[in-house]
Amino acid sequence: MIGNAPFFVVGLLFLAGLTAIFMEKNLIKIAIAIGIISSAVNLFLVALGYRAGGTVPIHFLAGKETLMVLPTPQAMTLTAIVISLATTAFLLSLIMLVYRHYGTLDVDEIRRLRG
Amino acid sequence: MNWNDHLPALLLMIPLFGAFVAPLVCLLGKTTRNALLVGLSFVTLLVSLLLWRNVLIGGIAIYVMGGESFNLTLPSGMALPIRIVMEVDAFSAFMVVCGSVASFAGALFSTNYMEKFTGLGRFVSLYFLLTLGMLGMMITGDFFNFFIFIEIASIASFGLVAFWRDRPEAIEASLKYTLVSQVGSMIFLIAAGALYGKYNALNMAAIGSLLQFGVMEKIALVFIIGTLAMKCGSFPMHMWLPDAYAEAPSGVSCLLVAVSQASLYGLMRVCFSLYGVNLGGSFIPWMIISMGLASMFFGVTMAVVQHEIKRLIGYHSVSQVGYMLLGLGVGLLVLDDARGMAEYGFTAMKGGIFHIFNYTMYKALLFLAAGAIYYATGKRDLNEMGGLARRMPFTTAMFVIAAAAISGLPPFNGFVSKLLIYESVFAVHPALTVVALVTSVLTLASFVKVFQTAFLGPEKTVFTGVREVPSGMLFGMGVLTLAVLGATLFPSWTLSNLVEPAAKALVDQAGYIGAVMGGGL
Amino acid sequence: MNPLSVVVRTGCDLFAWFMVVFGVNVLVHGYMTPGGGFQGGAIIATFTAFLLVAYGGRKMHGWANEKIFDLFEEVGLLAFFVLAFMGFPITFFYNYLVKPLSAGGVIPPAGTTALMSIAVGLEVTGALSMIILTMFRGIRMFETVPMKEEFGHDR
Repeated sequence: MIGNAPFFVVGLLFLAGLTAIFMEKNLIKIAIAIGIISSAVNLFLVALGYRAGGTVPIHFLAGKETLMVLPTPQAMTLTAIVISLATTAFLLSLIMLVYRHYGTLDVDEIRRLRG
Repeated sequence: MNWNDHLPALLLMIPLFGAFVAPLVCLLGKTTRNALLVGLSFVTLLVSLLLWRNVLIGGIAIYVMGGESFNLTLPSGMALPIRIVMEVDAFSAFMVVCGSVASFAGALFSTNYMEKFTGLGRFVSLYFLLTLGMLGMMITGDFFNFFIFIEIASIASFGLVAFWRDRPEAIEASLKYTLVSQVGSMIFLIAAGALYGKYNALNMAAIGSLLQFGVMEKIALVFIIGTLAMKCGSFPMHMWLPDAYAEAPSGVSCLLVAVSQASLYGLMRVCFSLYGVNLGGSFIPWMIISMGLASMFFGVTMAVVQHEIKRLIGYHSVSQVGYMLLGLGVGLLVLDDARGMAEYGFTAMKGGIFHIFNYTMYKALLFLAAGAIYYATGKRDLNEMGGLARRMPFTTAMFVIAAAAISGLPPFNGFVSKLLIYESVFAVHPALTVVALVTSVLTLASFVKVFQTAFLGPEKTVFTGVREVPSGMLFGMGVLTLAVLGATLFPSWTLSNLVEPAAKALVDQAGYIGAVMGGGL
Repeated sequence: MNPLSVVVRTGCDLFAWFMVVFGVNVLVHGYMTPGGGFQGGAIIATFTAFLLVAYGGRKMHGWANEKIFDLFEEVGLLAFFVLAFMGFPITFFYNYLVKPLSAGGVIPPAGTTALMSIAVGLEVTGALSMIILTMFRGIRMFETVPMKEEFGHDR
């Protein structure tokens, strides 16, 4: 049961992020919530690869050990981090432009496209 | 070195090359930039046609990125698939042809439409990245690679939708699209991670062969369907689609139509080839069918009341996606029932797949025609337009062809695919056909309204200076009109050579898995 | 934006170029220690952020030439593409430089992976620095550039 602790944390973080996206009114807080969701998913991917008692999955550094943690989820997580970096940078630039055009960061005010 | 073997990778490398050198080439001036955009899009179209011909003749084409073989034979004799594999079967090749035609038409159109914008080096780069993401989604055989290409296409499209950065509505549309799309992608990644964690394989064929239906697979399937249906624009998650399609520059809207079809491709690939016979009953097909019905109905009812032309076409997009979900959902319903499949399931799938081709062609043409109207007159609101048919004859003719095709008027291609869907869906339940027919009638009503308001009628005085649009834009629209007319005049050739191999390949899960895993599970 | 106090500026002077060297170390040894292209590139890009925060925008825009970062990005992308293409007769991305550890040779046993790491690192450095500089310029843009109607094309 204690070995499943990372997955509980993943669930809690994901729910926290999702609740913040639905409930928050400020655009910056919504962007932060998307970052929290990305962290939750990255934690999920890294925790998948763990094998108890394993070491670093690199031949040079592992030495004589034979049990290694899986490297594939680490590659997947790296890729996901890079993608979320690009999206966060783009989202923040969009928020700056929205502030310039609308003058407010309140989600309820930014509704010129309606119907 | 056999060029034919490298075609799947060439299909990806050519837009990648275009995206990477675009900022440099655009320093050399406007003609070089336009030549790069149109030239590389045309080469991509040629490569996709060659790839389609190869796959029709030679069967499933497999390409391994970065290695000589895709199977690692362990000493025990078991073969594990490793490395990222591109697996192109007839359905993928069909989608690739649709997508590259749309990309070529949009590129031709954008050479003239984007004249007054600045920062066009980045535009060409983003356009090629969007093409790359779309084509990659369609030919990859690896599940995490599919996620990567979804993200490449999404990020490029965020930038392109917001490209008209002086308009506040465009920024708002892109913001809404980014938020919804990011949450969807994170949910998809959880499903991909869950499937990897259980089966220790990322290759789609490997997961398909190892899959046993249980609670976790059910949850993963719901997450995947939720995200991919969001990216197609089907009913509960369609809010972003009219905004994003309306605010993007028109050449980009044309390509975004094809990108949403790539997500539909992913949905069908997961349901048919990954899960296939392990789909766990008929709940998922009925869910897809009901999402299709809801999209059709709500899309067209919202579209009838719109008065801004691109937003109206965007809502029609939502309803047309419903047709495809309906056809393919009926095929999914009878996947393991041989008699039902032979009677009506296969026809429903052929109808759905043919509708994908028709929809891409005529919807892209509608967006380009709307863009042409905006370029010539400067207006987007139907209340302010009128009598344009005298001044813009070519645009009018092409708009009529596209509007007749979307409404399902005989003899156009829209009628053929809709008829296939009607007659096969009727065998499942008559109410489904009724909804589809009502939607078709409302679509016709809506487009009669648009055509009459915008093109017919007395000419307004403010439009005396309006001339026909430049030739680049006419060529772009002409490419799509040729495709629509080709499917109209030769429906049986199109059905038997383009659609039927695709439908057969989609139903054949064992063939898809066997091509990579080497026959025998 | 004004420069911060002497304490911050001295700290920046001590650490800024060290950050670049450390980033290059993480980048180049990517094939055998945790790290690699993206991580090293992100560390090098914090050099730009560091200078921007400590010295202020006016001095930074006078000192840093944005074309350098554009050049890094382009060179990185093109090097990546060329390296992918060089494996062409067999497949794209084929690792034509890989040799087993025992055979020696100048190129390390990771082959093309290490070179692609460097290409990616260059590209990420250029891109992230451009993002930071452009977003900073965007803040000041609201006060210096007047909010015109859509310039260049009709609304």
